[in-house]
Amino acid sequence: MTFKKKTTLAAVLALMAMGMAHADITIGVVQPLTGPASGLGIPVKNGIMIWPKTIAGETLKVVVLDDATDPTTGVKDTQRLVTEDKADVIIGSSATPVAIPMADVTAEAGTPQIATSPASLPPGKDKWFFRMPQSNDVMAYAVVAHMKKQNVKTVGFLGYTDAYGELWLKALTAEAAKNGIKIVATERFARSDTSVTGQVLKLTSANPDAILIVASGSGAGMPQKAVMERGYKGKVYQTHAAATQDLMRTAGKDAEGTFVVSGPATVAEQLPDSHPSKAAAVAFVQGYEKVYGPGSRNQFAGHSADALTVLEKAVPVALKKAKPGTPEFRAALRDALEGMGRTVLAHGVLNWTAQDHWGYTTETGVMLKVVNGAFKVEQ
Amino acid sequence: MDLSIASILTLDGLTNGAIYALLGMGIVLVFTVTRVIFIPQGEFVAYGALTLAIFQTGKTPGTVWLLLILAGVAALMDLVTTWRHSGSAAGGLKAAARTFVLPAIICAVSAWAGPRNLPIGVQALLTVFIVTAFGPLVYRVAYQSLAGASSLVLLIVSVGVHFAMTGLGLLFFGAEGFRNPPFWDERMALGPLNVSGQALIIFAMSAALIVLLYLMFERSLYGKALRATAVNRLGARLMGISTQAAGQLTFAMTALIGALSGLLIGPTTTVFYDSGFLIGLKGFVAAVVGGLASYPGALLGALAVGVIESFGSFWASSFKEVIVFTIILPVLLWRSLRSGHSDEEH
Repeated sequence: MTFKKKTTLAAVLALMAMGMAHADITIGVVQPLTGPASGLGIPVKNGIMIWPKTIAGETLKVVVLDDATDPTTGVKDTQRLVTEDKADVIIGSSATPVAIPMADVTAEAGTPQIATSPASLPPGKDKWFFRMPQSNDVMAYAVVAHMKKQNVKTVGFLGYTDAYGELWLKALTAEAAKNGIKIVATERFARSDTSVTGQVLKLTSANPDAILIVASGSGAGMPQKAVMERGYKGKVYQTHAAATQDLMRTAGKDAEGTFVVSGPATVAEQLPDSHPSKAAAVAFVQGYEKVYGPGSRNQFAGHSADALTVLEKAVPVALKKAKPGTPEFRAALRDALEGMGRTVLAHGVLNWTAQDHWGYTTETGVMLKVVNGAFKVEQ
Repeated sequence: MDLSIASILTLDGLTNGAIYALLGMGIVLVFTVTRVIFIPQGEFVAYGALTLAIFQTGKTPGTVWLLLILAGVAALMDLVTTWRHSGSAAGGLKAAARTFVLPAIICAVSAWAGPRNLPIGVQALLTVFIVTAFGPLVYRVAYQSLAGASSLVLLIVSVGVHFAMTGLGLLFFGAEGFRNPPFWDERMALGPLNVSGQALIIFAMSAALIVLLYLMFERSLYGKALRATAVNRLGARLMGISTQAAGQLTFAMTALIGALSGLLIGPTTTVFYDSGFLIGLKGFVAAVVGGLASYPGALLGALAVGVIESFGSFWASSFKEVIVFTIILPVLLWRSLRSGHSDEEH
C-alpha cells in the first residue's frame, strides 16, 4: 500500500516536473476589437490567428482580450494577463491612448510589451516597451529625401493640432534643417473642422514648392481637396497615416499626383527588388490574403506578422537562459529583443537597441504616388 | 492680407455661418418652447450627412433600424401611459399605433430603397424623412416625462442623449468619415472669388428655411401655438394647447433643420460620426449671442461666428477654436450687464 502511494506520488511529481519543462509560451494579446480603433485591432488579431502553433519547439498559448479602445479596460486586461496568465510577452494595443497606460503595468510586472501603435513614452520609461510601427522620424526622412530629389527648396506644413501633427512637425523640422529645406508656413487644423480655407490661403500665399499635409485616414481628404481647389500647383505630400484607400474615397480626383509616404508592407509586389523588405512583405501579403481574401492586407495585419518574426528571433535566445513562465525568461526575452540586431521585416528594417525602442532604419520608408486612384511606388 | 484674401475668407465664413445659423435657430426654437438646451442638435447634422453617405454606398443605413427600435419604444411608452391614464386598452393601442405607423412606413420605404441605388435626390429626401422622424421620438423617449423638470435636469438629459447618439453613430457609420457628392458641381469665378454651386445652395436653403420659419410662426396656427407655449406654458395649456404636441412638433422641426444642415455640409467637408458635436456647439454659441431667445440675434451671431472662425484660421490656425469659443465670454458679460439680474428660474 505504502509502496503504491509512493509510486503515485513519484508519478505525480514527475508529471509536474515534465509540465514545468514543457511550459507553453504564453502570448497575451490586448487589442481594440470593439470601439473607434477596432478597425486597427481586428486585423492584428486576425494576423495572430494564423501564427504557427509553436516557436522554437515550444507550444504557443495565445490569450486574446478586447480593450474596447478604452484605456481602463486595456489596463485591466493587462493586469489579468500578467498576474493570472503569467504572460511571457504582451502584444498591444493598436490604440495609442490604450498602449501608454498599459506600459506602466508591464514595466512593473517585468513583462516585455510589443506595442502595435506608435506610442511615445517619457525617456527611461520604455525599458520593457517595444514598438512595431515606424516612428515619424523615419518617415520624415523618406519624405525629405524625396523632396530633395524633386528639388524642393521651401515647404509648407498643414497638420492636425494633436500629437500626431506635433510629432510630424518636429520630425520634419529636424530633417528639413539637415537638408537645407525651409519651412515657410506652419498651419494647423482639427479633424472635425468643416473648412481649412483660411489655412490654405495662408499657405498658398507663402508659395512653397511643396505642402505636407499631416492627417489620418479619411481626415486627409478634406485638406487635400482644399489645397487643390485653391489651385495650388506645387507638390503635395501626405503622411503614412493617410496611406489608405480612404484618401482617394474622400478626395476623389483631387488626390491625383499626391506623394504619400508609407511602410513597405502594403505595397509588397510593387517594391523594387532592391528594397530589403521585399521578400518579407510579399510573404506577409501572400500568407494573410490566402486566409482572409485578396485585398485584405493592411498595415496593422503587417505588424502582427512582424511581431512573429521578432519573436521567432528572440525566443530561442531567451530559451537558452530560462524556462517560459518565469521572470527570468521574461527578462531574457527583453534582453534578446534589445540585442537581436538588424532584422528584416515586412514593414522595414528594424534594429532595436538599448537606447532606441523604435528602431527602424532609414531604409524603411517608401514613397507612393497616387495614379488613377491607386498607389504606385515611386522608383 | 489683401482684399481678395479677405473676400475669400468672408465668403467661406458666411458659408459656414449659414449652417451655424440654421443650427442656432434650432437651438433657440427648442429652448424657448421646451426649455431644453439641445446639445444633440449637431448629431442630427452628422446623422443626416452620414445616412445619405450610406445610401450612396448602396446599403440601408443603420439609422433606419435605430428609428424602428426607437419608434417601438416610444409606442410602448404611449401604450402604457394612455392605458393607465384612460383605463382602456383600446385607447392605449390606438395611441401606440399613432406613434409607430409613420416611422415604420419611413423605415419600410428606406429598407426597400437602400440597395436600389436610386437618384441622389430621392435618397436625400429619404434621409430628411428618417432624421426628421427621430426628432419627436427622441422627445417622447427622453424628455416628455420630464417636461416639467428644471432646465438643469433637462440639460443633463441632453448630455446623455448626445453621448447615446454619438455612440450609436459610431456603431452605424464606423470610425471613418464620408464626403458626399455635391448636389451642384459648378464653380463660378466672381472676381477673385471662386464660388461653388454648393455654397450657393447653402445660402439659398438657409434663407428659404429662415423665411419658412418666419412665415410659420407669424401666419400658421401651429406656429402661434408654439409661440404661446414659449411665452407661457401654463397659459398655453389653459388655452387648450397641448404642450406635449408642441414639444414633439418643435423637435421634429429641429431634427428637420439638422438633417438639412447635414445634407448641405456633407459635400463640403468630410463628416465623421462625431463631427456634429462641434458644429452644433458653434450653433450654440450663435444661439447664446441671441440670448437663447432671439432668432435674428442667433442669425447675426452665427454669421459672426463663421467669419471670426474663418479669419481666425487664417491668422492663428492653432488657436482657432479658442478664439471662436472665447467670443461667448464678452457676449455673456455684455448680456448680464445689460439685463441686470436674471429673471429666469434658478
